[in-house]
Amino acid sequence: ADIISTVEFNYSGDLLATGDKGGRVVIFQREQENKSRPHSRGEYNVYSTFQSHEPEFDYLKSLEIEEKINKIRWLPQQNAAHFLLSTNDKTIKLWKISERDKRAEGYNLKDEDGRLRDPFRITALRVPILKPMDLMVEASPRRIFANAHTYHINSISVNSDHETYLSADDLRINLWHLEITDRSFNIVDIKPANMEELTEVITAAEFHPHHCNLFVYSSSKGTVRLCDMRSSALCDRHAKFFEEPEDPSSRSFFSEIISSISDVKFSHSGRYMMTRDYLSVKVWDLNMENRPVETYQVHEYLRSKLCSLYENDCIFDKFECCWNGSDSAIMTGSYNNFFRMFDRSTRRDITLEASRESSKPRAILKPRKVCTGGKRKKEEISVDSLDFNKKILHTAWHPVENIIAVAATNNLYIFQDKVN
Amino acid sequence: MFVRGLKRKCFDGEEDIEGTLAGIKAIPSYNLQRQSLLDMSLVKLQLCHMLVEPNLCRSVLIANTVRQIQEEMTQDGTWQMINTQSTGQASLDRLVSTDILCRSSREQAEGKHVPGYSTFNKDFEGDQAQDSLETMSTASSVQAPRNLQSNVWEMENPQENKGNFQKSLDQIFETLENKSPNSVEDLFSEVDNSYYDLDTMLTGMMSNTKTGHCDGLETFSSPTTATSSSNCKSDLNELDHIVEILVES
Repeated sequence: ADIISTVEFNYSGDLLATGDKGGRVVIFQREQENKSRPHSRGEYNVYSTFQSHEPEFDYLKSLEIEEKINKIRWLPQQNAAHFLLSTNDKTIKLWKISERDKRAEGYNLKDEDGRLRDPFRITALRVPILKPMDLMVEASPRRIFANAHTYHINSISVNSDHETYLSADDLRINLWHLEITDRSFNIVDIKPANMEELTEVITAAEFHPHHCNLFVYSSSKGTVRLCDMRSSALCDRHAKFFEEPEDPSSRSFFSEIISSISDVKFSHSGRYMMTRDYLSVKVWDLNMENRPVETYQVHEYLRSKLCSLYENDCIFDKFECCWNGSDSAIMTGSYNNFFRMFDRSTRRDITLEASRESSKPRAILKPRKVCTGGKRKKEEISVDSLDFNKKILHTAWHPVENIIAVAATNNLYIFQDKVN
Repeated sequence: MFVRGLKRKCFDGEEDIEGTLAGIKAIPSYNLQRQSLLDMSLVKLQLCHMLVEPNLCRSVLIANTVRQIQEEMTQDGTWQMINTQSTGQASLDRLVSTDILCRSSREQAEGKHVPGYSTFNKDFEGDQAQDSLETMSTASSVQAPRNLQSNVWEMENPQENKGNFQKSLDQIFETLENKSPNSVEDLFSEVDNSYYDLDTMLTGMMSNTKTGHCDGLETFSSPTTATSSSNCKSDLNELDHIVEILVES
């Protein structure tokens, strides 16, 4: 199995898509609850697997284009088929996933094995009938949106109008119509005239869940800009600018790097948004630009290790974050296969581990604790023994229920609430 | 991530080195650490992958860090101090702990070392400075970007040095964006070529056709282009043939 690079539930939560470094997409489907065992919950099993992107070679620049899937976003379901957008660094594809469980038999012009019948031998006409067959799930690429990004695509976001979507790379954001592949509109461009003056890049972007004219994008300098597409065609001027003033007492050479926002997500309500920087998660009220309303420390014990983390490049890891369905809790990943969940109302937080050793199927996860200094208690792990190669960058929360999907390198873990 | 065989140490945590060192040594220690952070950052910027585009966000963040260090060094006059040293043999083993850099400025101000930079300069010139000088110059040149740095450090005019440093930093950026050939040749001139496969050689060959962005870097690569270009020419015909095959497939 390859390293998982993105995880996403669909709108109903019945399907869970994962993309990996090898360009493959694997979709899991939740099994229907067993009627004879009403308390058993549906498990997720593989539903479809397909190769979304292939490695490419850009001959003009003599560079490889990686096939790694950076993001998957589902479209709201409109008919029996499911649609999703998947993207690598340069190209976005719209995939249709459909089921086939019936087969037509009794064609006039061809035999059952497909050979064409001699027209002169046909003496009677019959109507083909549909017969059931084993379920087959097919994935087919319906649209390919290519050649619109010079830099690496980091985000895609489907608009609430269900007709358009945005794609963001390091310096530009483009607006697409789902039906049109040969044109896209550039709505944000922060590329300086002179590349030598470049000091800031776009790190993530997302459409507002309800207002189809609003979107946000985050930057490597720790700022978020809210843009309104009604104000002008090119949204280089923001409508709102979210930045928390820096604490001058905690300034170091790494301040800017750790302030770089790796993910931005609107709450389901649309009233709040969440940003993830290297050490913390912040919840912002869209009506207040000068500071977040809540700040959660993910792994503050790493602050004294920033130099090592800079040396081994871990400081550049891009962690994602997600809301639960009711916006009452948030989740994000950390190192050593740990992930953290914060309850916004009770202010309680928990650290859990996604690993085979520490959890058997159907066992309850044990809370973990990192020992920051002094005497290490029995069950605690000291900071120095954390495995920085085991990072949880991608997590997803079921839109309705308390089911979470956690990607730990090349393994996918699905956890759910304890059944009473 | 780094070229194999380069040892480096970077300690973190609350090691109380100031407890054992005299106050005077603690001051160059901060600058040494800052210097090694600068060197580390320059190495990171230059060791870009050849076949896959470097991560622009990471490059921008590292470049900003370098600029920040450079500005601070310019402010406290260390910049000029360094330029008058001769470059010693590069040795990354001498990169020192940078835990002081990781601490907040408040912790530093709280008394781990004497705050005045003028004091630092004075001590630096003093006798104690002999050892520190050597360490400074050792730490200031790094193996991989030696060509880049030696040109920068060896020039007479400190003002020009700053300009050149900025220029070289910007050119690294241009390099990242445009993958200009000479810089690529230059960066890996020290490395064993058999490490690379055909694709890498091909990259060098194909991008040689681009001309626009090489001007600034010609000065840096002048010692090495003579040999590399002759090698290139002899392989040119062979590689042309291989290029054709690749393009067709």
